[in-house]
Amino acid sequence: MMNSASRRRAASVILALVLAVLPLLLDRYWTDVCVSIGLYALLALSLNVILGQAGIFHMGHAAFYAVGAYVTAIVNTQCHVPVLWLMPLAGCAAALFALIVARPIIHLRGDYLLIVTIGIVEIVRIALVNDVGGLTGGANGIFGIARPELFGFKIRKGIQFYYLVWGMVGASLLLLGWLARSRFGRALSYIKEDDIAAEGCGVDVARYKLAAFVLGAFWAGMAGTLYAAKMTIIAPESFSFMESVIIFAVVILSGGSQLGVLVSTFLFIGLPELLREFSNARMLIFGLAMMVMMVWRPQGLLPPLPRRYRVRERLSRLLPRGAGDAAEAGNTREVPHVR
Amino acid sequence: MCAEAGTAPASLLSLDGVTKIFGGLIAVNDVSFNVREGSVVGLIGPNGAGKTTVFNCITGNYLPEQGDILFAGRSIRGEKPHAIVELGIARTFQSIRLFSRLPVLENVLAGQHCRLKSGLLASMFHTPSQRREERKAVERAMEELAFVGLAEKYAEEAGSLSYGNQRLVEIARALASNPRLLILDEPAGGMNDQETVALVDTITAIRRRGVTVLLIEHDMRLVMQVCRHLIVLEHGTMIAEGAPEVVRKDPDVIRAYLGAEDEM
Repeated sequence: MMNSASRRRAASVILALVLAVLPLLLDRYWTDVCVSIGLYALLALSLNVILGQAGIFHMGHAAFYAVGAYVTAIVNTQCHVPVLWLMPLAGCAAALFALIVARPIIHLRGDYLLIVTIGIVEIVRIALVNDVGGLTGGANGIFGIARPELFGFKIRKGIQFYYLVWGMVGASLLLLGWLARSRFGRALSYIKEDDIAAEGCGVDVARYKLAAFVLGAFWAGMAGTLYAAKMTIIAPESFSFMESVIIFAVVILSGGSQLGVLVSTFLFIGLPELLREFSNARMLIFGLAMMVMMVWRPQGLLPPLPRRYRVRERLSRLLPRGAGDAAEAGNTREVPHVR
Repeated sequence: MCAEAGTAPASLLSLDGVTKIFGGLIAVNDVSFNVREGSVVGLIGPNGAGKTTVFNCITGNYLPEQGDILFAGRSIRGEKPHAIVELGIARTFQSIRLFSRLPVLENVLAGQHCRLKSGLLASMFHTPSQRREERKAVERAMEELAFVGLAEKYAEEAGSLSYGNQRLVEIARALASNPRLLILDEPAGGMNDQETVALVDTITAIRRRGVTVLLIEHDMRLVMQVCRHLIVLEHGTMIAEGAPEVVRKDPDVIRAYLGAEDEM
């Protein structure tokens, strides 16, 4: 018998192995689809910190993706800085942008915040279309972004991008996974469960919400760099409200665990590709599948398992007499029961 | 543990003319009292007397319109609730506010939160000092759970515990923040007789640890057993203050509140 934790671990190992050899079995088209899935996975993992862990309803994640991609594109085409070097810069730019726009609105409650974040992504898109500062290239966007180079090795083929993007996904899984299992991740869980109680326990709710937002934006900004490098052309339409909705839906469907996010990304981005032969009916099938999912598993595909702590040996030390009800008996022992 | 030698037992908390108004209603009217370090003080009064409002002013959930609140000699009026916890005032809630879908242990770890230092990067890169701190925090949380007698339930979902045990987890969570003052809002609410009797012991043990306790309670038996000092509110105004034996004989108190109780 396997418990759900070891079952998930087994599933993760199998998924990792499949992902490692997958591009060797795929043609160019499907490799490209998988690169795109990898980029969405990065975005969904970063949104998962905000939406899944902290429970902040944020539907404007494409705005941060756009900031990262445009900063990369502008600095690369104007100053010819190698693309991958721009990843931290793109992340910081998106994080700074998130800090500025989120600070005044972070105290808003669920649905209100959601509406404001939709506003943010629209404002960014419209600003890009209108060629703000003469840098964004208007509706045509920016083209001629350089291919990335890694240790003097130029990345241009689909399969190379596949390993670059999925390598980044792997690093994100590790780092964001550790983060979720720390004091930081716990604080986000408390806020999601009951923010008044969290504040009453000494958690600086506003600060942690903002930190989740800024961190998620930083990651989305870095994903933007990879996107710009992969496409070499970026345009405002790639960062529309619809993109935000898709990323949002991926996270909601996932249930909030990292494995769930990966599976849900494959379903959301991969399934419509598989259903291409049904042409016009494919979105109908897809929509129905979504509805069935929400009825069948309203908590999402794979909700996160409880964090694990090593407690066993401490427990035996704390209960010296070992007996199960010793503690309770000890509590009431000396007090006569008066009515 | 005790006040420094030479000085008289200092008051840890003082309210000075605190007034809280909701719309046209004066919920708390010019209330002043002191809580001495190391004491157990009861705040009693009929329903709607403004007891919880006083608590919420102390913990920073409400900002009083007038008056000042001093904790360990400094004003905490206008501080945010989380900052007040960090200064050393921990609380429980009248309607239990546990993180009900999280395990009991993580609920108690929430109290430890403000005493831990690992930042975002240390957490993300899982540094050795972060891991050491986590181990210590878990150990501390388990000690608090053992203190309230629930160590074995550490892995259970907090919402699945009995009402009485949930109240104890809230107390453990508050104690995990190393408070100097613990504020309990109806700790015996929803407890059966046996649990209430055990709670008397727990509160006494908390005081012995050197933590000052301020509590709201309707169970007069518990109040008379654990409190050295009582403050009585009615319609937001303080009508009596003093030792339990004195307060229970006060004609104003009997008229306003205790007279309605069969037990008294």
